[in-house]
Amino acid sequence: MTEFLSTRLGLAPGLAALLVALIAAVILITFMLLSAIFFVWLERKVSARIQDRLGPTRVGGKFGWLQTLADGLKLLVKEDIIPTNADHMLFRLGPYVALAGSFLAFVALPFGNGVVAQNMDVAVFYMLAVMSSEVFGVILGGYGSGSKWALFGGMREAAQVVSYEVPRAISVLVPIIVAGTMNLSTIALQQTGAFWNWYVFHDPFTFGAFWTFFTCGTASCKRAPFDLAEAESELVAGFHTEYSGFRWLIFFMAEYGSMFAISGIAVLLFLGGWHLGFLPWELSDKIGILGNVINVLVFIVKGWLLVFVMMWVRWTLPRLRIDQVMMTCLRYLLPISCVLLLGVSIWQLLSWQITVLVYANYVLAAVCVAFVAWFTVKLTKAGGVTPTHMMPGAWPAAPASGAPLVPRT
Amino acid sequence: MSQATILFLIIAAFTGLSAVAVLVSQNIVRSAVWLLFTLAGTSGVFFLLGADFVAATQLLIYVGGILVLVVFGVMLTAQGPFITMKVGAAEWVIASVVGLLLLGVLVMSMPGPEAFGSSEAAPANAQVSSSTQLGETFLGLPGAMPEANVSGLPKTATAVPRTRVSYLLPFEIVSVHLLVVLIGAAYLARAKRRKGGLP
Amino acid sequence: MSEVSLDHYLVLGAVLFVCGALCMAMKRNAIGVLMGVELVLNGANINFVAFARYNPVFRLEGQVFALFVIVMAAAEAAIALAIVLNFYNNHMTVDVDTAEELKG
Repeated sequence: MTEFLSTRLGLAPGLAALLVALIAAVILITFMLLSAIFFVWLERKVSARIQDRLGPTRVGGKFGWLQTLADGLKLLVKEDIIPTNADHMLFRLGPYVALAGSFLAFVALPFGNGVVAQNMDVAVFYMLAVMSSEVFGVILGGYGSGSKWALFGGMREAAQVVSYEVPRAISVLVPIIVAGTMNLSTIALQQTGAFWNWYVFHDPFTFGAFWTFFTCGTASCKRAPFDLAEAESELVAGFHTEYSGFRWLIFFMAEYGSMFAISGIAVLLFLGGWHLGFLPWELSDKIGILGNVINVLVFIVKGWLLVFVMMWVRWTLPRLRIDQVMMTCLRYLLPISCVLLLGVSIWQLLSWQITVLVYANYVLAAVCVAFVAWFTVKLTKAGGVTPTHMMPGAWPAAPASGAPLVPRT
Repeated sequence: MSQATILFLIIAAFTGLSAVAVLVSQNIVRSAVWLLFTLAGTSGVFFLLGADFVAATQLLIYVGGILVLVVFGVMLTAQGPFITMKVGAAEWVIASVVGLLLLGVLVMSMPGPEAFGSSEAAPANAQVSSSTQLGETFLGLPGAMPEANVSGLPKTATAVPRTRVSYLLPFEIVSVHLLVVLIGAAYLARAKRRKGGLP
Repeated sequence: MSEVSLDHYLVLGAVLFVCGALCMAMKRNAIGVLMGVELVLNGANINFVAFARYNPVFRLEGQVFALFVIVMAAAEAAIALAIVLNFYNNHMTVDVDTAEELKG
């Protein structure tokens, strides 16, 4: 992208390419760090609000903006403890393998039209392949800790992540069959225009594939409701029991990084990538650099929205047991994704013969918009819950005047 | 020293040293970790050679599948905390000698740069991506399979037309083979009563 | 060394092959032997893909073959691990030096 810029400055082409790669890597890791900082704060606020409390409100003003900074500082100055039974090399190596697996995925993730570190033709495949090597960090962490809870957590986690990769890959194949390419930039460019061009509305099978991909992606990020392996009430803390301070921070950066990468893939494959959805043009062609900036911002906001949905689901649904987790994958998601793959192949073949199938996206988009509208209306019109009777000892309803509340006896 | 040369040196050194470390390491889990680095380095070598699809497949299947399987196998057959099986010193000497001899034989038998008529890489087809070319090769499309003078075939008066080979049949055979093998492996590894009770 | 040619990749493939062959010969842990097999297959794969890139006669058959080798390696690793597990269940050890009886 900016390689010609460096060569214009008169540097040797090898050095220029190295410089461009370095700048891209620094930008990507800075974005990953800032995203992680934002996500930690967001998680605490979202979980707090869902649990009817406030969350961090002290550090950095009324909303606790700088809470994550304080958390990060605390983690950095913590003592670095390595258990006696731990295998030193593997214990130290685990977090970095996980971070490498998560960070390398960002190399092929396009943030805008041409705003990509390396525009690969096998971008989706590469991202899924690299994120599948993150499981090794989990295994090393679990084994290297030298404690049996960590080992159990690590093995269960590895089994879960590896099992969910199969329906995840099959769900990703569904929009690839529709798009005809694995290049994420090309797929996003094919969804230019209004929101009914997005692949999530293209046919019922890609619509289903979006939900299965999101579910499998959540499971392979080890997020709830599939987070048995790191749940505090189950296995102490799973594979990262013995990790504290900076090493724990690296594990969590890897987790939030891969959450954003999965959301990014979902946005690019299904939700129109960096397009706003109601303008018929490709903005970077229309208004140049400003269009690129808008594209990047739109993409980041969409990615953050999907991560917010992941967090929302985490704090709403109860956790699944490990056998339920495996049965969900093998008995439900795998057959469903195979059926979706078969369906989309048949749909693509039939749409050459039956031309009315091409207009299915308008129908699906209209149905979805109608559903969202009806749901919003229902939500806003729903009144509060009025109690039918009072329990003994309960506080009475607040009196209209400022009289103090007195419990009923 | 162009950028490609430096990259190749780094990745090749990384891969080669990790392979030697697999051999040398006494602890089986550490061997598995060095094997992980070797496989990742091999994937990097494939990326350098322009084979994007094969490199991503290598990462997905080898690192994300086979290596996880190997580590599970290591955990399931563990005989105690970090037990290592020592190899005697005499074996190391014999192994090094044999290994170096084998390496020498392989290096000596290399064709050299003038064997194929040009010392540079075949011009990579820049317009078509390698995964598209790979798909065309699998399907046996005419554009992807050039006429070749394959050495060793008898030269007749008229050029022997090279039959268009499509790799779909081997692909299907390999898929069925994989299915059969996995069913067999699952049957073989089913939970049975251990001889002699629990350890 | 001004540019990377076929020889360099072949040397790398040979190094991996030799390491793998020595692993197969020397390791006492059965899973170590399996790791040696994986190394050998990877060395061969590097050779295949290097020839696919540097030989102007063929186009991409080397990569096709490398893909087949990867798939076959996965199948063979699964079977080998199943056999090792069975051996462990019967003998309580994975030391290949103890596998010297033909029976049981």
